[in-house]
Amino acid sequence: MTASLAVALVCAATLALGALGLRLSRTTSDFYVASRTVSPRWNASAIGGEYISGASFLGVAGLIFAVGNDMLWYSIGYTAGYVVLLVLVAAPLRRSGAYTLPDFAEIRLRSGLVRRTASVLVVGIGWLYLLPQFLGAGLALQTAAGAPRWLGTAVVVLVVVANVAAGGMRSVTIVQAFQYWFKLTAIGLPVILLLLVWHGDGSPSPAAVAGPEWSTPLSGSDHPLYRTYSLLLALLFGTMGLPHVLVRLYTNPDGRAARRTVFAVIGLLGAFYLFPPIYGALGRIYAGDLLAGGNTDAMMLLLPQRMLDQPWADLVSALLTAGAFAAFLSTSSGLTISVAGVLSQDLLRGRWRASVSGFRVGAGLAVAVPAALSLLGLRTGLADTVGLAFALAASTFCPLLVLGIWWRGLTRAGALAGLIVGGTLASTAVLLTVSATVSSGWPAALLRQPAAWTVPVAFGVMVLVSLCTPRPAGVGPIMVRLHAPEILDLDRGETRLREDVPPLRHAEPAAKDV
Amino acid sequence: MNDRSVRPPQRVRVTSPRMVARPRPAERSATREIDEQTDVGEVYMTALLRSQLRPGLALLAVVLFGLGGLPVLFLLLPEVAAYPVGPVTVAWLILGVAVFPALFAAAWWHVRTAERVERDFTEILRRR
Repeated sequence: MTASLAVALVCAATLALGALGLRLSRTTSDFYVASRTVSPRWNASAIGGEYISGASFLGVAGLIFAVGNDMLWYSIGYTAGYVVLLVLVAAPLRRSGAYTLPDFAEIRLRSGLVRRTASVLVVGIGWLYLLPQFLGAGLALQTAAGAPRWLGTAVVVLVVVANVAAGGMRSVTIVQAFQYWFKLTAIGLPVILLLLVWHGDGSPSPAAVAGPEWSTPLSGSDHPLYRTYSLLLALLFGTMGLPHVLVRLYTNPDGRAARRTVFAVIGLLGAFYLFPPIYGALGRIYAGDLLAGGNTDAMMLLLPQRMLDQPWADLVSALLTAGAFAAFLSTSSGLTISVAGVLSQDLLRGRWRASVSGFRVGAGLAVAVPAALSLLGLRTGLADTVGLAFALAASTFCPLLVLGIWWRGLTRAGALAGLIVGGTLASTAVLLTVSATVSSGWPAALLRQPAAWTVPVAFGVMVLVSLCTPRPAGVGPIMVRLHAPEILDLDRGETRLREDVPPLRHAEPAAKDV
Repeated sequence: MNDRSVRPPQRVRVTSPRMVARPRPAERSATREIDEQTDVGEVYMTALLRSQLRPGLALLAVVLFGLGGLPVLFLLLPEVAAYPVGPVTVAWLILGVAVFPALFAAAWWHVRTAERVERDFTEILRRR
């Protein structure tokens, strides 16, 4: 009961903050990029809020609980990916003036075909990432309040669509920034109570209860060394290819602010990821029986009931459920916005192209497919599925961004070949894993963590094909645009895209009629 | 012959040799070199890219080898990894806690370096 109330409060707060933003959103530019006025501090909180998904909030603790030490790499990879993003991508990408990954592809390569390929990949990654959010919401509400699974999914879908379609990006900046601090509180406060109880019980060691295999690194039987490295590679190089993260960088005023934003994000994420391992370890001591049920993603929500007396147990459960719901809502909003943006820009036609109504239609389409899949009863591990989305991003957008930003020699044919080969390999691995066609030995390990081979192959194809095709002219001004500080008065090639979209509700300039 | 020796010598205007030298080309600003994509402009841009990429890649190498070295380290020195610290082990403490401040410090170093490179570049371009 308490938990349902908490979830209702989170949803209401999200909608209320969204409505506040709606009163401020006036133009298409407001809708898409909050008119590029967001300061690093706000934007870092917003990125943190958007990025910490249900997979981080519930899934990482669940995996550490189930598997042990090796799963700590998830939280490390989720954070360290931003270091790679900071060094290789952040400032140049903001300076490119692009809003989405397809925008970047078009600015750098001047090719509609590469742009459309990138659009399809953004939608694919978005759907793959939205799926576990919707599944997790169903799971959380079922665990905390005994509701049927479809209900949690439906609540998240409705709140997200209402919020995104109504308010757009600026409202979401406020919502997301709020979500980060709320999630940090929701995961941090209960730890104090739980650790007090644990201390009162004589501080038992989780290793003593769980056995040595749980606390020792690389102890699993399933090629743990390969899987650790491949996972690390996917998370480190996949972060830069996540559409909902990149879209936020464009809301900064300039490249320097984008860099500072990413730096702050690393601090915020580091603070958050200190907590999931504590839940994983406490779960081993107090809730070891849940292992048999296999429902490890829900462990965190059940733990307070095992450790605390009433009314504390209910209150802490409610706080954790609310935090998890905030995580599902914020990540889904961010993903929905970026997928909707790409859909309305590139895949919708006529009056829906790049307009507010197109953006709203796009938002509906963005959630329809993953919502249908989760309502139809697909079941996958939360953090696992998110890991596959990272692998897909790392094998497609990572080479496109890194080579596009730092290497003049990247050609259209090279980029296209790399995107297609990397995308095909990684999505085949995803499909085979989700459908559980291959389940043991090396093939299964290679498919479950595909990044270690798909990322080098994608880079290789992109470089080789680029070397074999003639360089396009006019890369010089684009490199200037990507790398020169904005303060310098330089020719940065023609500008285009969102900044030129006229304000919707203002009168058209009279120049035409004269 | 004689006439000439009688007449006073013709006046000659004495001038600096620099008057007849070719005029120096007009000062070209560095931003114009870049805008017109001259060879000099290319040199500026290549230098900027290199000076951003080099410290960046060095930092990434440290981060990647630092993180990537941990599993090997645990594999080679299992007794260190399993050494108990309070209720957990050294491996837990490194992976669960110590890594995060290290990443934060790495990011801070990069932001500082990158901003310094940009400041220097701006200054050089404005000086000319």
